[in-house]
Amino acid sequence: MLEIKNLHAGIEGKEILRGLNLTVGTGEVHAIMGPNGSGKSTLANVLAGRPKYEVISGSVTFDGKDLLAMPTEERAREGVFLALQYPVEIPGVNNIYFLKAALNSIRKHRGEEELDAIEFLQLARQKMKVVDLDEAFMNRAVNEGFSGGEKKRNEIFQMAVLDPKLAILDETDSGLDIDALRIVAEGVNALRSEKHSVLVITHYQRLLTYLIPDFVHVLANGRIVKQGGKELALELEQKGYEWIEQELAAAQ
Amino acid sequence: MTTTVVEQASQRFGQLGWPTPRLEEWKYTNLAPVASREWSVAPAILPADISGITLRDRAVAEYVYVNGIYAPELSTPNPLFVMAPSTREQHYARYADYANHAMTAMNTANVQDGAFLQIDASVNGFIHVIHYSTDGYQSHPRNLFVVARGAQAAIVETYAGTGSYFTNAVTELVAGEGAVVDHYKLECESVEAFHVATMQVHQERASAVTTRAISLGGAVVRNELNVALTGEGASVVLEGLYVLTGRQHVDNHTVVDHARPHCESLELYKGILDESARGIFDGKIVVRPGAQKTVSRQTNNNLLLSETAIADSKPTLEIFNDDVKCNHGSTIGQLDEEAMFYLRSRGLGETEARSLLVYAFASEIVDRMKVEPVREQVRRIMFRSLAHYLPERREKDR
Repeated sequence: MLEIKNLHAGIEGKEILRGLNLTVGTGEVHAIMGPNGSGKSTLANVLAGRPKYEVISGSVTFDGKDLLAMPTEERAREGVFLALQYPVEIPGVNNIYFLKAALNSIRKHRGEEELDAIEFLQLARQKMKVVDLDEAFMNRAVNEGFSGGEKKRNEIFQMAVLDPKLAILDETDSGLDIDALRIVAEGVNALRSEKHSVLVITHYQRLLTYLIPDFVHVLANGRIVKQGGKELALELEQKGYEWIEQELAAAQ
Repeated sequence: MTTTVVEQASQRFGQLGWPTPRLEEWKYTNLAPVASREWSVAPAILPADISGITLRDRAVAEYVYVNGIYAPELSTPNPLFVMAPSTREQHYARYADYANHAMTAMNTANVQDGAFLQIDASVNGFIHVIHYSTDGYQSHPRNLFVVARGAQAAIVETYAGTGSYFTNAVTELVAGEGAVVDHYKLECESVEAFHVATMQVHQERASAVTTRAISLGGAVVRNELNVALTGEGASVVLEGLYVLTGRQHVDNHTVVDHARPHCESLELYKGILDESARGIFDGKIVVRPGAQKTVSRQTNNNLLLSETAIADSKPTLEIFNDDVKCNHGSTIGQLDEEAMFYLRSRGLGETEARSLLVYAFASEIVDRMKVEPVREQVRRIMFRSLAHYLPERREKDR
């Protein structure tokens, strides 16, 4: 589904990803772990097409198409969803209106009928339960005045409604208490199927207790330096990231 | 409209002449292009297409003026609001200062018909006054609204027209003791029109006035709004929204005079400026020595949508006592890139995301408008003027 080949990318002239290779198959859940500054968020933002990030070289194909050639909205319409590390507050834009417009532009792109207000509300109510969000949130402005945990749950709620083929979670677990963490994990688990892939980007292992990955990759210095199964996450939690860095240094 | 007032005003205009940018009050707006043209005075009621602006079916009364002349066949007056001659005598031209303001003098000297309305008891619904102009003419619309002690009223003024013309309007609004007034001025003039409007609000003890100036049309527009808080405990909310494109120029000039203690003024003007438009906010709050416990807030926020649009913002406080709570501020910014990315990352196209954010910026003013048909009217006209940002979906929703 997603194939990243020798990706070099950065921000403001600074190279952060230095030859990253990663393949995510359909239906798989991959975790990307790594110390601060290793390039985790850069990877998430480059995949979603955030304007400030520059691709230097390499390729990313999504369902066989050149992802990097698409504008941000087209990536979303093709089925890529990024749950932001810091969701933006947008005063004056109604949550439910925004999400309905987003879903309908995706549906239109897929050649599906647009949902009317009633059909959309039914869908939204059903998905809201998954993330335990109160209906009152729907008529508020996007993320305005939401607590950190509410913003993250709103991201997962949007993901559930938009039903992406590939969900990328950029440190969605940061700043969450254990209950919120469980809710977020349940939201993502509900999406898991043979048709959906998930890329979980995190610094810590704790989210992976509830959201068990098929593969774990360690990102350091802009490259994947180690890969393994779910047990690798536990090992990292116990030993920290230093041993990887030491191993690398020894290998060189 | 006694002869002496007309004569005096005419004489004063002769002495004052057209205002020029050399005057501090007029530094942003040059009326030379208006003054140098010949404008006719309409000889009679000319045909006017008010189909897009009439709210006849929803207003408790609607008064229509075409080129300054009352058009009874287009109007739906209400006998409840007829002004007694003594009331007119007591209030007319007592607040709008024709002795010192040239444009008010010009208006006072040239008024044909005026909307003189007296609201003695609370009105359930709103009164609508339409001033419509047609190509080549000048007009000097005049409104006097006297809301009696304890009464509540909603009054809407709409300015519109076709072609190139010159409108120079004066509105006097009197809010008696404890009166509550919700006032709207909807300026949707033709894009070739010149529009000057002066509004003078006189508030007595414990009265509460909200006045909103929405500017969407016109080539050169000057909105002058002066509020005198002359009784203790009076409060006023002044809100403005100007959505401009092309080479439109809108100059909002407001003065709030806190003359008595315990009064409150809350002011918020917002500008959305695209292409080569220029929007001005020049606001002054004066707190006099005796006006203790004054609360005042003045804010002007601007959204620039192009490299060539210009926003001027000049909020001013003049405070002559130290027992007050006043603050003011202004911002000039562009669309939030983070918000744009967020919306697009969910699948919204660039144009749609942009229109959503522009509308969101305006909604702070629009959503607070209490009179629903007016709110809808503003949304509709605004969407038309924001047309190139609008998703097809919105068109369908109408």
